[in-house]
Parts: sequence; C-alpha cells; structure tokens
Amino acid sequence: MADPATFADQAMQYAPQLYSAALRMTRNQADAEDLVQETYLRAYRGFGGFSEGTNLRAWLYRILTNAFINTYRSRQRRPVESDLADVEDMYLYRRLSSLDTIAASRSAEDQLMDMLTDDEVKQALEDLPENFRLPVLLADVEGFAYKEIAEMLDIPIGTVMSRLHRGRKAMQKALYDFAHERGLAGQSAGRTTSDGHDHG
Amino acid sequence: MTMGDCNETLKELETFLDGELSDAALADIRAHLGDCPNCLEAFDFHAELKAVIAAKCKNDEMPVGLLSRIEQCFQADLDGDDRIG
Repeated sequence: MADPATFADQAMQYAPQLYSAALRMTRNQADAEDLVQETYLRAYRGFGGFSEGTNLRAWLYRILTNAFINTYRSRQRRPVESDLADVEDMYLYRRLSSLDTIAASRSAEDQLMDMLTDDEVKQALEDLPENFRLPVLLADVEGFAYKEIAEMLDIPIGTVMSRLHRGRKAMQKALYDFAHERGLAGQSAGRTTSDGHDHG
Repeated sequence: MTMGDCNETLKELETFLDGELSDAALADIRAHLGDCPNCLEAFDFHAELKAVIAAKCKNDEMPVGLLSRIEQCFQADLDGDDRIG
C-alpha cells in the first residue's frame, strides 16, 4: 500500500491535466470529476506495483483511459465505434492558405489562436467518435507517443496512426466549419474536392 | 526538387510532427524542408495548429473541492474492505 504522503507528493500535480482530459472523454463535468477521483483511487491502490523510474504521468493516463473505457463509456449516449466521413488531406490548411486570413505578417499560430475559440476547439475534439477522439486527445493534447497510446487503448500502432490521421482531418473540417459559420473564413476558399460526405 | 519529393515529404507530415520518425528519415525531411518553402509552410501550419489545439483543450479549471475530495480517498476505507481507499 502506498504511503499517502509520497503518493500525493508525486501524483497530485497531474490532477488539473487529468481533469481536462477526463472532460474531453466524458464531455460532462460530473462524470469527469468522478472519473478523476476513480483514477486516483485506482492509482493509489496500485501505487505499490508502480516501479520507480517509469513514467508516472503516462501510468496515470493509462489508468484514466482504462477507467473511462471500463466504467464511464457505457454512460455515453453515442456509439463507441463509429466511422468518419472521408475528408481531404490538410483540409484546414488548403482552405486557409488561399485566403488573406493567413497574412504573412503574423504567425499562423497567432492567427489560429485568435480565429478559433477555446470552446470551438474543445467541441471539435469532443464531437469525434470515441475511437478517433481518444487517440487524438492522447497524441495532440497530451503528447503521448504512438507506442504509449497503443498500450493505453490496447490497439496496434498502425491503428493508432490511421485513427489519428482520420480523426485529425475530421477535426480540421469541424474547425473550418466553425470559423466559416462566424464569417472568419470565406466560401471563396472553395470546396474543391470532398465536402466530407462523399465517402463512407 | 521534384513533386515526388514533396509528396513523399507531406506523407510524413504527421509522423514528423509526432516525433515518430527515425533519425535518417528525419534528416531527409529536414533537408527537403530547407529547400522547399511550400512544404515548410505546410509543416509550420500543422505544427502550430497542433500547439493551438493542445493549448485550447487543456485549460479547464478544476472544480473547487475536487482536490480535497481526492485526498480524502487516501485517508479512509471507503468500501469497507479494511484497506485505505
């Protein structure tokens, strides 16, 4: 059994980021709070088996992901496995780079920070079906390696990569649509090939 | 430079940004990006998009009291199995 003080010293610093990740997973505050609490309880109980020198943060995220999949997923109203419409590669870039929106005088990062609200980016991620949302969350928000994500989700690395690729494209399309709805990105950019609904 | 180089480079955009390329492949991509402003712009955009998504998706404020509720778990036998937690 872990010593409470040692465990708290080492593990509690990750609570804010685990809570954010839990919110993206469960999409509601009450379940996210329960999920983080459950994660810490499981981690505390398993802390004796945690070997020093391994990555504590990755270990906690693995517990969080497992707890979500085993306990909270059944509360979600949407199907766990769902397909995504095929979206053109570099969807957002192709549309924004032909507009004046991306002005040479400012970095793309500054402009994207201004163009997309926090809520829109969260929404775009949370709207992805779970089998795409978890890999994108773990890679793009949490910065885990393919191998770590494959272990957390118990899927092959090739599946992680293909889900990331398709999930990111779908998210880019959602972000473009949000910006477009607010008039920040014009129709003139053209929908040259896919509008996202022509493939299964 | 040929279109082939650009296509080969763009194919590795995600593995590059995810830090998953071998040293040799990384050197090839960097060499191409040094010569090709178009690919460099695309890579920059996606690197920055990734940074923006990360920044905007992890800034949620923790509800008041969650930390103390977690810490209470470490003090009590919650489920009556004679173990803390």
